[in-house]
Amino acid sequence: MNGMSFKVGGLVIAALFVAATAAARDLTVVSWGGAYQDAQREVYFKPFMATGTKMAEESWDGGVGTLRAKIQGGSNNWDVVQVESEELLLGCEEGLYEKLDWAKLGGKDKYLPDAVNDCGVGAIVYSFVLGYDGDKIKGDTPKNWADFWNVQKWPGKRALRKGPKTTLEIALMADGVAPQDVYKTLATEAGVERAFRKLDQIKGNMVWWEKGAQPPQLLASGEVVMVDAYNGRIAAANDKDKKNFKIVWTNNLYTIDSWVIMKGTPNKADAEKYLVFVNDPQNQKNLPPKIPYGVTAKASTALIDKNVLPNLATAPENMKTALYINDKFWLENLDKLNQRFNAWVAK
Amino acid sequence: MLPLFLFLLASFIAPIAAMLARGVTDADVARILPQVTAELRRWNGRDLPQESAYGALIADIRAAREAGTLASAATRLNYDVAGYRTLMFATGRALSGELAGSARETLLAIDPKWGERESWNALRRAAGPITDFYLLAALDLRHDANDAIVGSPPEQSVFRDVLGRTLWISGVVTLMCLLLGYPVAFFIARQPPMRASILLFLVLLPFWTSLLVRTVAWVVLLQREGILNNLLLSLGLVTEPIRMIYNRFAVYVAMVHVLLPFMVLPLYAVMKGISPTFVRAAWSLGASPATAFRRVYLPQTLPGVGAGCLMVFIQALGYYITPALVGGADDQMISYFIAFYASKTVNWGMAAALSIMLLAATLALYAVYNRLVGIDKMRLG
Repeated sequence: MNGMSFKVGGLVIAALFVAATAAARDLTVVSWGGAYQDAQREVYFKPFMATGTKMAEESWDGGVGTLRAKIQGGSNNWDVVQVESEELLLGCEEGLYEKLDWAKLGGKDKYLPDAVNDCGVGAIVYSFVLGYDGDKIKGDTPKNWADFWNVQKWPGKRALRKGPKTTLEIALMADGVAPQDVYKTLATEAGVERAFRKLDQIKGNMVWWEKGAQPPQLLASGEVVMVDAYNGRIAAANDKDKKNFKIVWTNNLYTIDSWVIMKGTPNKADAEKYLVFVNDPQNQKNLPPKIPYGVTAKASTALIDKNVLPNLATAPENMKTALYINDKFWLENLDKLNQRFNAWVAK
Repeated sequence: MLPLFLFLLASFIAPIAAMLARGVTDADVARILPQVTAELRRWNGRDLPQESAYGALIADIRAAREAGTLASAATRLNYDVAGYRTLMFATGRALSGELAGSARETLLAIDPKWGERESWNALRRAAGPITDFYLLAALDLRHDANDAIVGSPPEQSVFRDVLGRTLWISGVVTLMCLLLGYPVAFFIARQPPMRASILLFLVLLPFWTSLLVRTVAWVVLLQREGILNNLLLSLGLVTEPIRMIYNRFAVYVAMVHVLLPFMVLPLYAVMKGISPTFVRAAWSLGASPATAFRRVYLPQTLPGVGAGCLMVFIQALGYYITPALVGGADDQMISYFIAFYASKTVNWGMAAALSIMLLAATLALYAVYNRLVGIDKMRLG
């Protein structure tokens, strides 16, 4: 009996201790881990802590379900999280995030228009681009997605991401649809039909990839001559494996990862301080030299190293003909178009 | 006996049954939107529902939004009708203010889709608790607006082809395993014990290598600038690399390689038990070697052939990683789509329905085998 009450007492003390630490925990910032978070640590986390606010970092693999469970379970221990555009949209609808006070962040005009959202502020901008091996295609090089379709001039296989998202947009742009009209076209039955008809033309030349690491591998092994790939992966292959892969930025498809503040956080003031810090162009300009992602404050672009800028989705030259991937469209239509894509690809 | 049964129940039967149940049940929408689903059970489905259903929907959406559960209901409804997600959330947002007028007028003012029968029908179809929505979808079927079962439009139909392809690939792999495995088993069964055990060891060796490694090894061998193509090019047998990967050929090769031991072992076990005196007796009675093989030896090996074919075929039906790695887009089998729905789109109902199809196909084959050969005659060794 004595032993029992001792144990129970211990549990109570432990519970109190946990509760106390939970209430007094430091600002917790969550990002994607890996090389990216290593860069963030140098550029954002350490300098931010030097300003006098304590913070802890964690990493995650995404999925709005994780955030939903934290908020609905009532045991949320995260304050600031970096999310993909789809998670931003879903979580904001579901009320998982605090609404941002844009006056504190320097006003909406300070940022790229697509980086501004009720619940989130853009952190990085990256693209799906056309990539090819500069050692294998020389002289007359591909210039746009229409050239991606030209198997007479550049014989060999092509690789696109398996699934309708990004693939249908690319097909329409290859067919001459201007970026600003892509989602208008895709919203109609005739537009979807047109995209699939365009894909029919190169179906026999396609290899489909599913993981971001595959396109550079497919290029390196000579399996394919052109890919659509994340621009960061192409840059990394050139950097680490000494490849000579080239990027065509014309009509690249870009997306934005954003910072959000979790609903009901006890560290809201610190979280806002953190967002102000990471959105300062003087701090943002240091990220791209470490990892080729574009940043979101308009004033940063002018400050970024001139050698690095052309590798970024946010370089003015690269933005000119770019298409912003419309997550709202995909959230509504992905189920049906997935089914249709699966049916098409298997025939 | 009982402990083992309980263990199987807890670790095998119960989880599988719980997973498969998701293919025929639909609990989310009725739980999240209880009033309107109750109303719709009384609705005839032909005219628009009455005012009370509209009122119930408003109350339900408000409550769900408050509880943060609207997303699961909206996701389920969007499987059926594209755009339903947005409809639910836009309605939820618009309902946060003060309402004027009747419930029907309010909803129609928010979105005219609430005046369409299809929106309400989708809601009714999702009301559960039992549903045939996923099972029908797994057979490329659906309910139309009048509740009749019709085929999906051809550009949305995929699963019948996939099921047919799964059976076809499994059949071809089984046949190739039999053609390759039979002579090997025959040869090993006639070797002296020492040599036979070394040869058997070689057959078993691949078993101790991970499936993934064996499959990726084929990628290295078969790819465009891989070992095989480089060899052919350097020997001058071809001038252009041959396409040997990301197609059906690679799927057959890799699957036969992985599954071959499952054919050789039961064949070997049966052949080992056949006394050589039978064939010798046939010879001494004047049969040619071919006749003796065909009429005396082959029939005695049939239990092994049956066991090997059944094992290879049933395993091949569920293959996922090998076709995914070495096959092209039109070589994917049903397991690929189960994984696609389970992990990529998190549509567990669809994943479960496809699993039910796979299980049903397997059981049907088993029943056919039992009828033709008799399962008691199967010999695994």
